[in-house]
Amino acid sequence: MADIAATGSPSISASPKAAADNAALHRMIFIGLAATLLVLPFIPVIGYPFFLMKVLCFALFACAFNLMLGYGGLLSFGHAAYFGLASYVSAYTAKHWGLTPELSILLGTASGAVLGLAFGSLAIRRQGIYFAMITLALAQMVFFFSLQTPRFTGGEDGIQAVPRNNLFGLIPLGSDTSTYYLVAAVFLAGVALIYRVIHSPFGQVLKAIRDNEARAVSLGYRVNQYKLAVFVLSATLAGLAGSMKAIAVQLASLTDVHWSMSGEVVLMTLVGGMGTVFGPIIGAAVIISMQNFLAGLGAWVTVVQGAIFVVCVLIFREGIVGVIGKWIKRPL
Amino acid sequence: MRPNADKTKSRMVGTSDDIILRTEGLTKDFKGFTAVSEVDLAVRRGTIHALIGPNGAGKTTCFNLLTKFLDPSRGTITYKGRDITSQKPAEVARLGLVRSFQISAVFPHLTVLENVRIALQRKRGDSFDFWVSESVLKALDGEAMRLVEAVGLADFAQHDAVELSYGRKRALEIATTLALDPEMMLLDEPMAGMGHEDVDRIAELIKRVSANRTILMVEHNLSVVASLSDQITVLARGKVLAEGDYATVSKDPRVIEAYIGAGHG
Ligand SMILES: Nc1ncnc2c1ncn2[C@@H]1O[C@H](COP(=O)(O)OP(=O)(O)OP(=O)(O)O)[C@@H](O)[C@H]1O
Ligand SMILES: [Mg+2]
Repeated sequence: MADIAATGSPSISASPKAAADNAALHRMIFIGLAATLLVLPFIPVIGYPFFLMKVLCFALFACAFNLMLGYGGLLSFGHAAYFGLASYVSAYTAKHWGLTPELSILLGTASGAVLGLAFGSLAIRRQGIYFAMITLALAQMVFFFSLQTPRFTGGEDGIQAVPRNNLFGLIPLGSDTSTYYLVAAVFLAGVALIYRVIHSPFGQVLKAIRDNEARAVSLGYRVNQYKLAVFVLSATLAGLAGSMKAIAVQLASLTDVHWSMSGEVVLMTLVGGMGTVFGPIIGAAVIISMQNFLAGLGAWVTVVQGAIFVVCVLIFREGIVGVIGKWIKRPL
Repeated sequence: MRPNADKTKSRMVGTSDDIILRTEGLTKDFKGFTAVSEVDLAVRRGTIHALIGPNGAGKTTCFNLLTKFLDPSRGTITYKGRDITSQKPAEVARLGLVRSFQISAVFPHLTVLENVRIALQRKRGDSFDFWVSESVLKALDGEAMRLVEAVGLADFAQHDAVELSYGRKRALEIATTLALDPEMMLLDEPMAGMGHEDVDRIAELIKRVSANRTILMVEHNLSVVASLSDQITVLARGKVLAEGDYATVSKDPRVIEAYIGAGHG
């Protein structure tokens, strides 16, 4: 743009300072998160690994979902399909084929990716509410398929007592604690990957499409390809979360593919803060904790959940982390 | 400033090879209502061509057709000798025919600098590299900043676009469009909502950047149209009413009537 540059060199240099500050803050939060995960099993009441693993799997699930909703502007109402199918594949291959955990998780994740590619190709042709409806309809197909194929899914019983085979065929995952550390490591890697995606050239285009699709098109971006790419990424990571859950909790069931699971991940993301890096983690922790510690209330858990959701929508429109980010004037 | 205005004028009497964008019989029906009707438009390479007309004349619809945001009901569009009538909008943009929007179109949650940079990023080709750090984009910051400066937004470079006033959003949109360095720009009311000072600045900028490209512009500010454009097409009720330079068009009784009839005076 030589003709514009004629005005001379910029008087204010493009300050990369703010961005660098944010990156430094995020790095610190990551380190803090890793440290917390390291010591959590030693903390009384909440520190039992089984519960923690569940939280982490759902947190990764919510982060994967948020990648698509918060940064791609795509509301999928069928994310249980990728989570649930991967959970079945991982459980099945571990139990019936005797695969090692890393292999069954890999296969489960791959199944999420393939399903994401298939469903995504269909869904991205539509926008807004129609997009959400198509994802829901496709996910319902997966649910009914799971219901109709008990030889694979175990039907109403699910796949129970999924074995935790030796990691790489070598390292025994006998205790919940050792499995917990595996889950924590995969979780951190997954969140780090999502962070990188958000802060990549691809992520920039994604945010542009989220903000103003027509404008992105007018700049020559083939937006459907970007949408499909983020759809597949999100489904893959949801698959990773689902496969890990099957090994960690040793169960894959119809709950994982049910539409209410799709709703739950929306809830977690909104409660924690959609479009924030760390919000979905907090959201998942809040929701799973409630289900866990209020289990005595029976069906009332759902009511309490609903109430929390309403409060969030009314008061914390940006979700817990979103509101904190606003207070400290930093994106979190 | 354009260095040699006479040269531009002389270019106007060229052969049909000079036509960068041409439409033949371009028509758009919306459920029985014809918004654009049998429009034959010929835009000469290197000129500033204004498309004017009363509210609802079909100017924006025309832009939507030319950039393929809408599919024409009938007619053809030829850009640089190539039939683009059935192209997709992103592909048209990739051919160097880039538009701005009447309703300010910025990326609200990106900073002003990032808004411009996202257009510069197109130079990298497609950006599917989700595993690469965005710090590679810093290489584009200098150029983005120069464009931000050129539209007078240097002080706002690090602000989110959503915080800008309407006029400044328009300025940002022009900077973003310019960042693509398009061969041909379609500007839909670029000065709408701007204060006097900004109108002058943007008019000056449009003149400056028109040196090596073609501009088709919708604008209601007639003094801007008079001072900038080489050629004017007047549209009314979807049809071409008159064509020519400002002196010719402004004297045309049909044009005067169309404007008065629509309450423009
Ligand atoms: N998607 C649509 N569906 C139906 N009618 C439409 C649509 N888009 C535009 N129109 C109609 O077509 C006509 C032309 O609209 P257009 O926006 O092109 O006018 P314009 O010349 O840009 O006007 P303005 O100066 O107010 O921007 C208007 O009567 C408008 O109501
Ligand atoms: Mg218009």
